[in-house]
Amino acid sequence: MRQISPIFKREFVGYFRSPVAYVFLIVFLLSSVLLAFFAGGFFRGRVATLESYFYFHPWLFLFLVPAAGMRLWSEEKRSGTVELLFTLPITTLEAVIGKFLAAWAFLALAILMSFPMPITLAYLGAPDWGVIISGYAGSILMGGAYLGVCSLMSALTKNQVISFVLSVFICVILVLLGTSMFSGFMTGFLGMPVAFADAIANFSYLTHFDAFTKGVIDPKDVLFFFSLMGFTLFLNVVALER
Amino acid sequence: MIEVKGLVKTYGTKRAVDGVTFTVKRGDILGFLGPNGAGKSTTMKMITGFLRPDAGTAMVDGIDVTVDPVAVKQKLGYLPESAPAYPEMTVEEFLGFIAEVRGFRAADAKRAQVDRAINLTHLAPVRKQSIETLSKGFKQRVGFAQALLHDPGVLVLDEPTDGLDPNQKNEVRSLIKNMASAKAVILSTHILEEVDAICNRVIIISRGKVVADETPERLRARQPGARLDEIFRTLTHGDI
Ligand SMILES: Nc1ncnc2c1ncn2[C@@H]1O[C@H](COP(=O)(O)OP(=O)(O)OP(=O)(O)O)[C@@H](O)[C@H]1O
Ligand SMILES: [Mg+2]
Repeated sequence: MRQISPIFKREFVGYFRSPVAYVFLIVFLLSSVLLAFFAGGFFRGRVATLESYFYFHPWLFLFLVPAAGMRLWSEEKRSGTVELLFTLPITTLEAVIGKFLAAWAFLALAILMSFPMPITLAYLGAPDWGVIISGYAGSILMGGAYLGVCSLMSALTKNQVISFVLSVFICVILVLLGTSMFSGFMTGFLGMPVAFADAIANFSYLTHFDAFTKGVIDPKDVLFFFSLMGFTLFLNVVALER
Repeated sequence: MIEVKGLVKTYGTKRAVDGVTFTVKRGDILGFLGPNGAGKSTTMKMITGFLRPDAGTAMVDGIDVTVDPVAVKQKLGYLPESAPAYPEMTVEEFLGFIAEVRGFRAADAKRAQVDRAINLTHLAPVRKQSIETLSKGFKQRVGFAQALLHDPGVLVLDEPTDGLDPNQKNEVRSLIKNMASAKAVILSTHILEEVDAICNRVIIISRGKVVADETPERLRARQPGARLDEIFRTLTHGDI
């Protein structure tokens, strides 16, 4: 595991060697903040919370996380640098973890760049910092769980477009499973038992993110996000070693 | 130092490498020849642990690459065909990354290793330039520098002089020759004179099989008076 740190460092700094990082950070910040203001009614609510900001994250991540993760392995495969990487004395697991952590740290940075919002809140009112911190924690954890899917998809192909489209597709499914529309469809239209619909909804990002935005950090939710990351990264190693 | 036994690799229905066996000892410079598509690069990828062989093994210093690939990779320096490197990094950053992965973590050790590799391959004028802006020959030298960085006991070089100007070709050849006494070197090439100039052994492979494994002198003695390319053509005539 000693080799994770140089891989991490190269990958993380690598984001800033190209304009990709700056475009991504700005687009992420603008779209998340604008959604909170115009669609979420950030100021209209007259309550000092970031709920309207975090509310859109699962939908925003649907496109932005695959955009950040699509190049992780596809790019290495296309340019032939995988051959260089995997003839250096590192294991596949170290490479997968190193690259994943770098992308995750980058994503966390994008999320945390909205810090002027809670500061504004503190200036205007008296926000509940516990709720804000749990919202950020949930968002970052959920981002990692999206990214695991994207990293896996990008290991399957050397084409970044395919990698992006597949990631969006899987993430859309993992979001929709948790919508009330979908569970209504399951229980009403298909006549499934409510317990079954709930069990399915358990596999959704939405279901596990909700409590975080209300200030509740449930170990079950934390475990879900970490399990999804672990599972996708395990498959990622398998996909690269095949 | 390198023992290759019965390596086989099949792509779909095509046997790219079909039971290749040879050994390379310390002090040897082995020239790996063969027509395009003969299986040279594929064999090298299996020796360096990038591809898993379908059958057979490669041992480096007594370590089986299919059993302990990381240990083998520590001992090897490998220049892949067309010298891949991260295009957005500068030469210095890239070699610094390689040094860190190769275990030179302390700043001064890292710097010493990078400087040594840069001097050996004459990269000093472009050390702060990003790799994507380098000419083909300089990119090739970066790949060579990367392979030499940790002064490995075994070098596997896939067409090391490809894209170099005549001066640099000579420079790289004498560099390899001077280092070789303490190393085992395998290099593939399409330049037959290169074999004459530096190799003390030649292997010719054709359609995945070894068709000749001897010294350059013995190879010449096969058809006295003939040019090397004529001998090459006779040995590989089945492969077009
Ligand atoms: N990933 C792959 N998928 C399918 N076939 C492959 C793949 N890689 C190599 N081959 C085939 O295996 C054979 C051997 O290829 P290899 O690259 O080892 O040849 P080579 O001797 O290095 O040739 P060259 O002199 O052109 O570099 C070729 O027929 C090639 O088409
Ligand atoms: Mg080749």
